[in-house]
Amino acid sequence: MSNIKERKAMVETVAQKMGKSVFNENVAPKVTTPRMEYQKESSKVVSLQDAIRLSGLKDGMTISFHHHFRGGDKVVNMVVDELAKMGFKNLHVAASSLQDVHKPLIEHIKNGVITKISTSGLRGELANEISKGLMDEPVVFRSHGGRGSAIATGELHIDVAFLGAPSSDPLGNACGYSRSENAKSICGSLGYALPDAQYADKVVIITDDLVAYPNTPNSISERNVDFVVVVDSVGDSSKIASGAIRDTKNPRDILLAQLAAKVIINSGYFKDGFSIQTGSGGASLAAVKFIKDEMIKQNIKASFALGGITSHMVQLHQEGLIERLIDVQSFDKVAAESIKTDPMHKEVSANEYASADECGSATHYLDMVILSALEVDVNFNVNVLVGSDGIIRGAIGGHPDTAADSALSIIVCPLLRGRIPCVVDEVTTLITPGSSIDVVVTEYGIAVNPRRPEIAQRLKEAGLKIVDIKELKEKADKMIGKAAPLPFKDKVVGVVMNRDGSVLDVIKNIG
Amino acid sequence: MNINNAAAGTLESGDILVQILPPDSKGLKIELDSTVAYQFGDQIKKVIEETLSNLGISDALVKATDKGALDCTIRARVTAAVVRATGKDVWKD
Repeated sequence: MSNIKERKAMVETVAQKMGKSVFNENVAPKVTTPRMEYQKESSKVVSLQDAIRLSGLKDGMTISFHHHFRGGDKVVNMVVDELAKMGFKNLHVAASSLQDVHKPLIEHIKNGVITKISTSGLRGELANEISKGLMDEPVVFRSHGGRGSAIATGELHIDVAFLGAPSSDPLGNACGYSRSENAKSICGSLGYALPDAQYADKVVIITDDLVAYPNTPNSISERNVDFVVVVDSVGDSSKIASGAIRDTKNPRDILLAQLAAKVIINSGYFKDGFSIQTGSGGASLAAVKFIKDEMIKQNIKASFALGGITSHMVQLHQEGLIERLIDVQSFDKVAAESIKTDPMHKEVSANEYASADECGSATHYLDMVILSALEVDVNFNVNVLVGSDGIIRGAIGGHPDTAADSALSIIVCPLLRGRIPCVVDEVTTLITPGSSIDVVVTEYGIAVNPRRPEIAQRLKEAGLKIVDIKELKEKADKMIGKAAPLPFKDKVVGVVMNRDGSVLDVIKNIG
Repeated sequence: MNINNAAAGTLESGDILVQILPPDSKGLKIELDSTVAYQFGDQIKKVIEETLSNLGISDALVKATDKGALDCTIRARVTAAVVRATGKDVWKD
């Protein structure tokens, strides 16, 4: 004979032996509330202040943010204002990037609320002040892939992540867009927020559209979310295509884009199934338009386009010329809408996009990348972070990641911007080492890294004007005259980390 | 030489806006606001001075707003401003 009653004593003995308790059916009684009602009782939905309090955030800890709203972001300022009101001090802001709109952080730095910053870039007044020595601790700059790696390895430990999301359900399933009729904002991919969501100790989703469960397909899973905060607005989507991202009408940029397209077409990598990425910057974005005709003519299709995805890329995909879009950041509203509706337009995390230590990250399977630059030097080193006036004015982005991992990296920049030379003797700050740069396209000629003689040969055969990079530098010097040295001082205001976690360069303060 | 208020140039990137005004004292006074002042401020002032002196202007107040113009642009804008300020067409005469 064997029945439950008879086995009761044995269950107790076994449980005791295993150090477990015996099942008690009264512990978790069945909830009978209708589920549309029940989900509203989610204990995760709290005010911002409660989320901060309940997260256990303490002075000296690290908080993180993503920059998918770029110039339209409202989350960083909102959260830091609240933290200041609550009396927090000595915080480390680890943002995927910071923009002009984050100027209010200057006051929070002066008041001691923020004492440390890690980011991919800085722009505007905040960058200006920091360049002049506003902070005691240097800002730590990482590429997008480098940040993903640093978070995954624990080198950059995030205590509380505050992640803006255009939609979330009460359990924290969140997206960079909303499928509800109350949608207020859209940013598309949440790629830079995904490492934070996965690895931060506590994750707070900040949304302006609380939708009914389940908010699927979702980018961020409820499994990783501790709190959901509902606010009026997380960001102004119309300002995403701002800053470095603009659709150029400048005739010189169009000329550069046409030259870049010729380099792509004749590089030897323009074959059926190729993959491509374009960085921010008018000319590199516009180059996409000019390769389209040639793709149709030669019946060549790309297997994927990577990176910051733009409306140009979406259009080529919709026309069947690019099979898949791999999107870590949607550069405009068209791209953001596309990721919402098209399963072949895939969101990836910063790690899957560009980590050096993930052999499967997408940059490793990239044929060509077209990038911009503030400065290139005669050794092909590139600077995209610090202006020629010594003031921080840009972002590392995925520049070093894509340049290093792709089969062919192409820099597109004018010889001069106004009176500022773009081809120089030595870059103001080293961001992408010359060993990973292959071609530099300027309106006065194309320079090919001597490491890649086969590329120079192919471009010459195609009738393109190939010049020594030193000639470009001399040409620039002749036009601008002699520049006075910059008044750098001796305090380190920024540290540039290489994507492998080593230190690449430092930025000094300027008077 | 009689100098009236005159200007030449624009505030576009790569250009310079040069305004010439009657002098309030003897000599040349140049007020320069430049996006590249750190690296090129002295050189820009030198080019303005040389251009003025070649045109025989020794007393004037010059207000220049520079957006990274090259020397050739600076010379052209200064010359045009002087022609407008003095009414003397250096290209024609």
